[in-house]
Amino acid sequence: MRFMFLCSGSADGSVQLCQENIGSTDGTRPKLSKDEKKLLKKQAKAKHILLKHEGIETVSHPSQSLVVANGGLGNGVSRQHLLAVLERCGQVETLLMPPNKPYAFVTYSSAEEATKAYTSLSGQEICGGDSEQPITLYLSFVEKVDVKEVSPPLLPPGLIVIEDFVSPEQEKTMLESIDWDTDPSIQKSLKHRRVKHYGYEFRYDNNNVDKDKPLPGGLPDFCTEALGKCLQRGLAKHKHDQLTINQYEPGQGIPPHVDTHSAFEDEILSLSLGAEIVMDFKHPDGSVVSVMLPRRSLLIMSGESRYLWTHGITPRKFDVIQVSERQTVGTVSENSEALTLNKRSTRTSFTFRKIRHSPCDCAFPLLCDSRQTREEKSPPQVGELGASTLEREYVHKVYEDIAGHFSSTRHTPWPRISEFLQSLPKGSLVADVGCGNGKYLGINKDLCMIGCDRSNNLVDICRERQFEAFVCDALSVPFRDGSFDACISIAVIHHFATEERRIAALQELIRLLRDGGKALIYVWALEQEYKKNKSKYLKESKISQAASSDAAAANPEAKESLPIHTNRTSFHSQDLLVPWHLKQTNKNKVTGTHENKEHDPSSVYHRFYHVFCEGELEAMCNRLSNVVIRHSYYDQGNWCVVLEKQ
Amino acid sequence: MKLLTHNMLRSHVTGVTRGFPLLIRAEEVKLSSVDFNQDFVTRMIPKLEWEALVEAAESLGHGSNLPRELETGYEKNEDFLKKVHHVLLEVEVIEGALKCPESGTEFPITRGIPNMLINEEES
Repeated sequence: MRFMFLCSGSADGSVQLCQENIGSTDGTRPKLSKDEKKLLKKQAKAKHILLKHEGIETVSHPSQSLVVANGGLGNGVSRQHLLAVLERCGQVETLLMPPNKPYAFVTYSSAEEATKAYTSLSGQEICGGDSEQPITLYLSFVEKVDVKEVSPPLLPPGLIVIEDFVSPEQEKTMLESIDWDTDPSIQKSLKHRRVKHYGYEFRYDNNNVDKDKPLPGGLPDFCTEALGKCLQRGLAKHKHDQLTINQYEPGQGIPPHVDTHSAFEDEILSLSLGAEIVMDFKHPDGSVVSVMLPRRSLLIMSGESRYLWTHGITPRKFDVIQVSERQTVGTVSENSEALTLNKRSTRTSFTFRKIRHSPCDCAFPLLCDSRQTREEKSPPQVGELGASTLEREYVHKVYEDIAGHFSSTRHTPWPRISEFLQSLPKGSLVADVGCGNGKYLGINKDLCMIGCDRSNNLVDICRERQFEAFVCDALSVPFRDGSFDACISIAVIHHFATEERRIAALQELIRLLRDGGKALIYVWALEQEYKKNKSKYLKESKISQAASSDAAAANPEAKESLPIHTNRTSFHSQDLLVPWHLKQTNKNKVTGTHENKEHDPSSVYHRFYHVFCEGELEAMCNRLSNVVIRHSYYDQGNWCVVLEKQ
Repeated sequence: MKLLTHNMLRSHVTGVTRGFPLLIRAEEVKLSSVDFNQDFVTRMIPKLEWEALVEAAESLGHGSNLPRELETGYEKNEDFLKKVHHVLLEVEVIEGALKCPESGTEFPITRGIPNMLINEEES
């Protein structure tokens, strides 16, 4: 994402190609203008970044191929758009656009044409897809481009997509007939999309339905035709009796999930109306298959694809799709020769399910809630496997590796947390669950504080400071029930990957408290600007404001389809990876060269965060047993609550 | 790990019912000197599982002749409070392990830090 910094730096329009042309028409070689120098400097920097971050070697002599920095799918530049710009300079043989990358590779039929592109397009501004800000291209020659042919992945077993399942007329009728709930309390619970249930109410608190409480009216008439067609064609074994309608605006999505096994029978049917969408399917082994669901198509999930694979829609405004398969069904490969962007529009899905009245007997016990024994206090949830792997790779391991540097940046206690600790009665026993380097353990000498953290290396630092601390997981804290007068959880809960796990971590905190005991909880807020005040996090941005909004808008998606956040900018997703640029604090390791200023790619670590939106933390706390919210507030980019155990 | 911390810990191994107190297998115990704060110690005592504290201290050979049962009126007994202070805050297990009384699972203590992660593969 450094390119975005570069290109936004030139968003003032100071890089004008025409000046270069004027210079060459009269055949003289005037001294380089200030702008030309600036362009050269930026181009050199782009080359340097490509090498450092992506291992792309550029050459200074002309060749047929060029790397186009900033002209990438990851920056919201579509294939059609870039191709049109590039073809002005000659015949394009191949254009490779790797998914999620902020650059592309172009090969012209001759070195002359490539040279023409190099001289005329470097510094050229083009419109970005989603953002108002133009994107500036920087071109460099490359020796050759490696084409890696990747065949599209297979559809998950049991998954079928049938195109043109409903007619345009039928689609229109169905969309116009939806009687959206107007009750704000219902709509508020799902901030990411509009939803309406028929037949049975789907409950988002337990991801199940009240099987004894069917909704009056059953399924609406405007679905009869489509459902009948399913039965008639033998696509469904039973008559579906529950319908959930979801409406997604561009940028909205649904987290990856498996429909609760015990709630519904095998086949789940879903119609995509109004617009196409790319849905991501994920196997517990981590493999991801992105499937294009065309407008008016029917998706059938059965067998393995229904019971074992999670499905979800990444909240974003563009989908990366196969050029050839636009609007048609298919999986999206990593094949960089044939990818482009597709702008989303409003999609309404009609999902039909059949209520299950007996325990699930599927062949996939791994994620089957009917098979799980009830004894455990927090039953493993659907998607659990993925969540714990994510936390291990993108939270636990990262803190272990960055502990020293992280700790050196965490020395000033936050005033309102200190205030809370100072307000507790003398001799209170306080647990700091997720204590990090222990910066709160010594705040109030009249308290007895014990810390714990998942990271060995951070606990080592606490120990060096003579604090009592040990290593454990916040989901399972080995303290006696009801043994603490207070506990604090500062910047911990947002590292858990699913809502179930975040709630389990909160419930575990409450378990430690005696009756009347208090818990202070801080989580990072989605809203980094509150009541017109920017948080300290944003204020410390070294990037100009125009630049940061530009950068964030074109932020590419990365590993596990989680977006990578641009530091010191506002958030554009609730689940994301936040980079940590590791600095070697150990003096012995500093080489002292200027090269060190650029971050070595190996020194960038990504931490998983779920940033909380306004009201989310309180809503979660309201679902805990034996607890009341005494106080809730916003403090410097965090949502905070004080809970009291009843 | 001080014995005050130990007194708050229990085994969290799945299926364990009480899991308390954790047995201490000490390989290295360190005695340090901490300023005596009578008020602090007095306030700590009601929060303790008294018997477990005495047992733990005795198992390390630092029982300090504390009574098995807590006697009333200890608030004014400075001599007694000093002993409790010593046991709670000045006796530290540096190397060794904590053992779950029911499942036998061991949690290592290294450089004074108990590692209470259940599945080491996850660390």
